[in-house]
Amino acid sequence: MSELPRGWEMVVGLEVHTELRTATKMFCGCANSFGDEPNTNICPVCLGLPGSLPVLNEHAVDLAMAIGMALHSTIAPSTFHRKNYFYPDMPKDFQISQYDLPINSGGHLDLPDGTTVSIERAHMEEDTGKTTHLGGTGRIHGADRSLVDYNRSGVPLVEIVSGPDIRSSEQARLYASELRGILIATGASDGRMEEGSMRIDANVSVRKAGAPFGTRCEIKNLNSLRSLQRAIDYEALRQVELIEGGGVVRQETRHWDEDLGATSTMRSKEEAEDYRYFREPDLVDLIPDDAWQERVRVNLPAMPAERRTALLERIVDPAPAQRDAVIVVIDLGLESFVHAAVDAGADPNIALSRVANEIAASTTGHQNLSLEAFSRTVLMEQRGQLSSTQAKTVLGELLEHGGDPVAIAAAKGFEQMSADSVVTMVEGLLEQHPDEWQRYREGDDKLAQFFIGLAMKATKGQANGKDVIAELQARR
Amino acid sequence: MKTARDIAKNVNNGSSATLELEETLVRIKEQNDELNVFLYVDEQGARAAAQRVDEIVARGENAGPLAGVPIALKDNLCTVDVPTTCASKILDGWRPPYSATVVEKILAAGAVPVGKTNLDEFAMGSSTENSAFGPTRNPLDPSRVPGGSSGGSAAAVASQMTTLSLGSDTGGSIRQPAALCGIVGVKPTYGLVSRYGLVAFASSLDQIGPFASNVTDAATLLEAVAGHDSRDSTSLVEPSPSLVAHVEDGVKGRRVALVRELVDGADEDVVESVMKAVETLRAAGATIFELSIPELRLGLSAYYLIAPAEASSNLARFDGVRYGLRVDADDVAAMNEATRTAGFGKEVKRRIMLGTYALSAGYYDAYYGQALKVRTMTIEAFKRAYQQADLLIGATTPSVAFAFGSKTNDPMAMYLSDVFTIPTNLSGDAAISVPFGTGEADLPVGVQLLGPGRSEASLFSAARVLERADGRE
Amino acid sequence: MSKPLRREDVAHVAKLARLHLDETELDEFTKQLGDVLEHAKDIESLDLEGVLPTAHPFGLVNVVRSDTVTASLQRDAVLRSAPDAENGRFAVPRIVGEAP
Ligand SMILES: [Mg+2]
Ligand SMILES: [Zn+2]
Repeated sequence: MSELPRGWEMVVGLEVHTELRTATKMFCGCANSFGDEPNTNICPVCLGLPGSLPVLNEHAVDLAMAIGMALHSTIAPSTFHRKNYFYPDMPKDFQISQYDLPINSGGHLDLPDGTTVSIERAHMEEDTGKTTHLGGTGRIHGADRSLVDYNRSGVPLVEIVSGPDIRSSEQARLYASELRGILIATGASDGRMEEGSMRIDANVSVRKAGAPFGTRCEIKNLNSLRSLQRAIDYEALRQVELIEGGGVVRQETRHWDEDLGATSTMRSKEEAEDYRYFREPDLVDLIPDDAWQERVRVNLPAMPAERRTALLERIVDPAPAQRDAVIVVIDLGLESFVHAAVDAGADPNIALSRVANEIAASTTGHQNLSLEAFSRTVLMEQRGQLSSTQAKTVLGELLEHGGDPVAIAAAKGFEQMSADSVVTMVEGLLEQHPDEWQRYREGDDKLAQFFIGLAMKATKGQANGKDVIAELQARR
Repeated sequence: MKTARDIAKNVNNGSSATLELEETLVRIKEQNDELNVFLYVDEQGARAAAQRVDEIVARGENAGPLAGVPIALKDNLCTVDVPTTCASKILDGWRPPYSATVVEKILAAGAVPVGKTNLDEFAMGSSTENSAFGPTRNPLDPSRVPGGSSGGSAAAVASQMTTLSLGSDTGGSIRQPAALCGIVGVKPTYGLVSRYGLVAFASSLDQIGPFASNVTDAATLLEAVAGHDSRDSTSLVEPSPSLVAHVEDGVKGRRVALVRELVDGADEDVVESVMKAVETLRAAGATIFELSIPELRLGLSAYYLIAPAEASSNLARFDGVRYGLRVDADDVAAMNEATRTAGFGKEVKRRIMLGTYALSAGYYDAYYGQALKVRTMTIEAFKRAYQQADLLIGATTPSVAFAFGSKTNDPMAMYLSDVFTIPTNLSGDAAISVPFGTGEADLPVGVQLLGPGRSEASLFSAARVLERADGRE
Repeated sequence: MSKPLRREDVAHVAKLARLHLDETELDEFTKQLGDVLEHAKDIESLDLEGVLPTAHPFGLVNVVRSDTVTASLQRDAVLRSAPDAENGRFAVPRIVGEAP
């Protein structure tokens, strides 16, 4: 994260578009599915054929309300509008969206760092089709023609608009990541940014601390948390440098180039479209009554913030590293492992560490690892039956193939060294490295790691690090 | 001329639908060159439909209330695999992959769709002169217009080429040509007939409705196409009304108001017919009184902002990307522009321009926003009127059929010919035009009867009283 | 009260609507659209403060369908009626400028 020059502050608001995980599109019965053969999920409605009419997907409304509820929004009587502009990926040459009366208005999102970002609205709209550019570099510029696939056209979206409350790119990343967690928890979205099911626009301006808001630029279509953070940092610094150089920020839409690591002008305010919004006459008002709202509310699972609190409560006096571990575990939805192990009598710190490190890092998923096998592995480590290195090896095996931790430990020949052999081994190491031993005795604690490393090497990981330290300290 | 009810009865009793169709095709061949009613005659599809009807009857089953009845469809109704042009060059070569709900419904009722009729391009006009494929002539006087925009569908029935037809009415496009061609035309309650598959002009105003040579046939056709459709979000959910059963109910005890704003400015001969109709209803037992609804005077302005606004958006999709015409150009925006410029006629361009302007930044409140408020006033004014009256009566059009070219250079004059029909589209209520008496050059006059939403049964029975008095049994 | 319609307004609107008007048409449309807007002065000048706008004739609410997949169209049939297609997709000339 780069810092702005002294005295400057960035002001950021995010617009997050998320595709909803419905079986069908927003206004027709075509499958809402990513990655199918082009133009196989199309019908008169989502192809905008003359004479076709939209009918709203009830489940899309359920999910939109679930998002609103998770963001503490007010669910209100709402309407649909047409946003008119020509673009070949949009079959009707207008987008059906919500305008002055969105289904969710107001709300807030609490971030893990203790800050809160206000939510202005979370409204429903439809997605566009997808274009592929041919000729030139395969990008839009320089292409000689484009191909359009309308499978995505009409897929339901919710656009979540934050207040201009974000003050750093790190906070923006945190907001997006927390929001992603909420979207996944509600079942509204799969949160796959790489597949485009969550896309972010960032409104960025800068000001001297305490001054009124500056002119903002909108950066379109940020497709990863990394791009989001980099683009915001770049853009804020660009604006500061522009102003400090005597220039003026113009309100405009900008494009982020991931390879160049820079934003560039897409469209200035003067060229901005005139969308001619008006009420969509083919749809009626959407006024979810109490019964409908309640049906959605009762099915709402616990949100990440709540789950984080529940997990943190199991850890006495959590250190910053452990708080970070809790965030990782909740983000990945892995907390049931920690809870199961602790319920089985395991040390929460060991359980948390194994989940946040080993399970989180697994590239093959964790479907082979049962809660019970995990709990037993942690208990074996805690009782000294496995060194931490051995416990990690056993976990790796369990993640990959499943099985019984005791049997795996036995098959690998993991038996902890006896206390006597630790004493003998440490004695030997001290003789071989008198200088280091001397420095350790004189107070250089860092050297404990040096001796542990040697002990592990000598025993191929069978030594228990804690026992080695205990022996070193006893001899100091 | 056989009525639709006669044909259906005979066909269900074993007379041949195929034979009926062949006679129809002969009549079309004889007259279509002169009148330019049909843009496309689907002989093959019609023969298949007639044959299906004959097979059903041969099995001893009833083939439906419209068994074997030849019917013409306004060419803004989608018909699967059959060209649907909206009388526009921009839909050149398009064959829809689906059929409108009404088309499915008339087939289920046993009707035999024979082809697609001419209209003002995208239903924008009042004379059928705005068709990209040439104007339709009025069968009663080929030097005059048949009215519009459903001029082809009106002329199909008036010329007896087909027994029935379907049109669409956004500001009078069924009632006005029905009046000018001397037949019955109905603008049903908004939402009574599904709009799915009707190429939209102005979505909040469009309704599909029937043309017939007599009131009972019109009721039979409307009954067949009415009813809830889950593919149209604005479709009424109430069960579809029983209409035919009430055609002979009469008007005894009914309160009928003659509305000053629905006759003011009409030609003398037209007013005369309306006054005669009023007396006829009085003689049949209705209570008659006069009423002024000044808000109706504002309808025309509201309509000519709302309808073009919706149209400007509905017609954006004709961009050369997915179907119909494409005029090549260097980039996609230029291609859109070249295609639309070549594909749309003048009147369509005018309305798109007007609607785009009315919705554009800075003008929305003054024009479109204000028009929507006038719409509210119109609805409320009608509601008040319907507290006093069961039905309203007035003229359908200010004059009888006019000559070709007489209004083409002055759009505003053309727009004014819809002044009596527009208010009902704004309110969403029901109205019918029934021929009653004659005017200039012995041409028919249309009398308009208006009622609140879902009052069709009552409108048909009042229209039937006029029809009988006018000497048509 | 809004200003009378100018020729440049008409040109701007034509651009928004993706229509090309030649010089004669610009003049003609400025006059004709001006006439309609002139007629619309009767409603433009009304004080309708407090009157709610009506976008739909009848106040239906909450019309929805269940989230159940229905059959899609045959791709080849749809692409056959397209002006240009390639590789299972609709083909268009190059696109200048990104989507708004
Ligand atoms: Mg949006
Ligand atoms: Zn679809």
